[in-house]
Amino acid sequence: MSAIPSSPLKAEVKKLNFYYNLVQALNDVNLPIAEKRITALIGPSGCGKTTYLRCFNRMHDLYPGNRYEGEIILYPDQLNIISPKVDPIEVRMRISMVFQKPNPFPKTVFENVAYGLRVRGEARRNLLEEKVEKALKQAALWEEVKDRIHDLAFNLSGGQQQRLCIARALATNPEILLFDEPTSALDPTATSKIEELIMQLKKEVTIIIVTHNMQQAARVSDYTAFMYLGEIIEFDKTDKVFTHPSIRLTEEYITGRFG
Amino acid sequence: MKERGIEFILLLSALSSIFITLSIVFILLYEALGFFKDVSILEFLTGKQWTPLFAQPKFGILPLVAGTLLVTGIAVAVALPIGLIVAIYLSEYAPFRIKEVAKPILELLAAVPTVVYGYFALLFLTPILQKFIPNLSGFNALSPGIIMGLMIIPYVSSVSEDSMKAVPMHIREGSYAMGATKFQTAFKVIIPSAFSGIAAAFIIGISRAIGETMVVAIAAGMMPNLTLNPLEPIQTLTAYIVGVSLGDVPHGTVEYKTIFAAGITLFFMTLSLNILGFWFRRKIREVY
Repeated sequence: MSAIPSSPLKAEVKKLNFYYNLVQALNDVNLPIAEKRITALIGPSGCGKTTYLRCFNRMHDLYPGNRYEGEIILYPDQLNIISPKVDPIEVRMRISMVFQKPNPFPKTVFENVAYGLRVRGEARRNLLEEKVEKALKQAALWEEVKDRIHDLAFNLSGGQQQRLCIARALATNPEILLFDEPTSALDPTATSKIEELIMQLKKEVTIIIVTHNMQQAARVSDYTAFMYLGEIIEFDKTDKVFTHPSIRLTEEYITGRFG
Repeated sequence: MKERGIEFILLLSALSSIFITLSIVFILLYEALGFFKDVSILEFLTGKQWTPLFAQPKFGILPLVAGTLLVTGIAVAVALPIGLIVAIYLSEYAPFRIKEVAKPILELLAAVPTVVYGYFALLFLTPILQKFIPNLSGFNALSPGIIMGLMIIPYVSSVSEDSMKAVPMHIREGSYAMGATKFQTAFKVIIPSAFSGIAAAFIIGISRAIGETMVVAIAAGMMPNLTLNPLEPIQTLTAYIVGVSLGDVPHGTVEYKTIFAAGITLFFMTLSLNILGFWFRRKIREVY
């Protein structure tokens, strides 16, 4: 737990504990999230990296019995997003998420991307059209779907569906974009497209990505946190973690000796 | 050898259900054809009076069809919205404890004998309604229609709820992650995702309402009446069939054969509904 990022922080996790009922899944974790950088969470299955990610948009609030302790401070307004006083919907309005499996809604391409705007009460057609087009361009999908924007989203390929979900998440101008193993259901070609896209997107938005693919973390991220058994074992600049890890457990994991 | 024997028995049981269905259709058609030797199809389909037991009988089926559609319409207007809301509540909102209690009670609604519902409509609901609607007659379409609607809520809600529960969790989470409320998620994502199941539930509910007999036979009156006014007494196809079957109409007469004419009309109504449902589901499946 060294290496304070040199760029300004978008969020900061302080002494976060998380419990699924009585089972503690995250143990006193801390993490700085650098603004407009990509932070990767890596670690073996069950280490708590997805649990950690889902704290950032309060996904755990959907299920009874889950409990947070500690703080996740969102800058610049220093809002503690896991405070029970903060409405999870308000948090999700500012922090978007892309899931492991593409999960488009049974709607057209257009309506999928417009969904976040519509739930925010936006109904002006020209504004929706403008924002949908912009989001699809950001997600590098516009050229492929511009002629069938009113077709059902299920007609797209898996990789296109995932980029559609990225466009959907981008359409509302989120401050942080969370990726939960976004390429685990995709083939290598689609995967490299998504990776390229994620690297492009950091110009505009702060990104946190969970991945079980270490090469992916090494390729795309600026900072990497290695997690094990609900704790952050090591956090540093990505090239440092992958070339000179300071902790033995990290080295053993990235060299494939366990995991 | 043993395998073959088992296979043969299974085939036989499968065929028996097809055989029974076909023979019902055959008998219905055969007897109805006998009826149409005595009464022209044109008179049957366009006549505005249904008085087969009178000295000068009239055989126009329209009053019975109108009665059936009227009561079904009222029942459906009650059951579909309430059934859908109940399903949304149980699938998306209800905490586990409440669900545990509410579901069996709801299913109990379907287990009450329909005779009980009939007398409930006649002796309980009609008098109450008469306090608000003074010109409501003792037998009417409104009261059994409403009761029938309550009766078919569990049919609509349980199939709808099953299809909503089957919507994968990651679709739901996708909606919540966009900042949607529970209400927005239920109406904008869950209902469209479960649409084919909800449509099937609606069609089951409507078929059930068209075929329902006891409630209307008891509380709607036994008066073929070409009207869409829910305050008047009416008769449905099913109530006519049960009424005539219970009386002593001699076998082989035209009066006797009217049972089958009414039956075949009912059959075509539910059949077309089933075909509609089938077409609908296939269309939905193509879309998905």
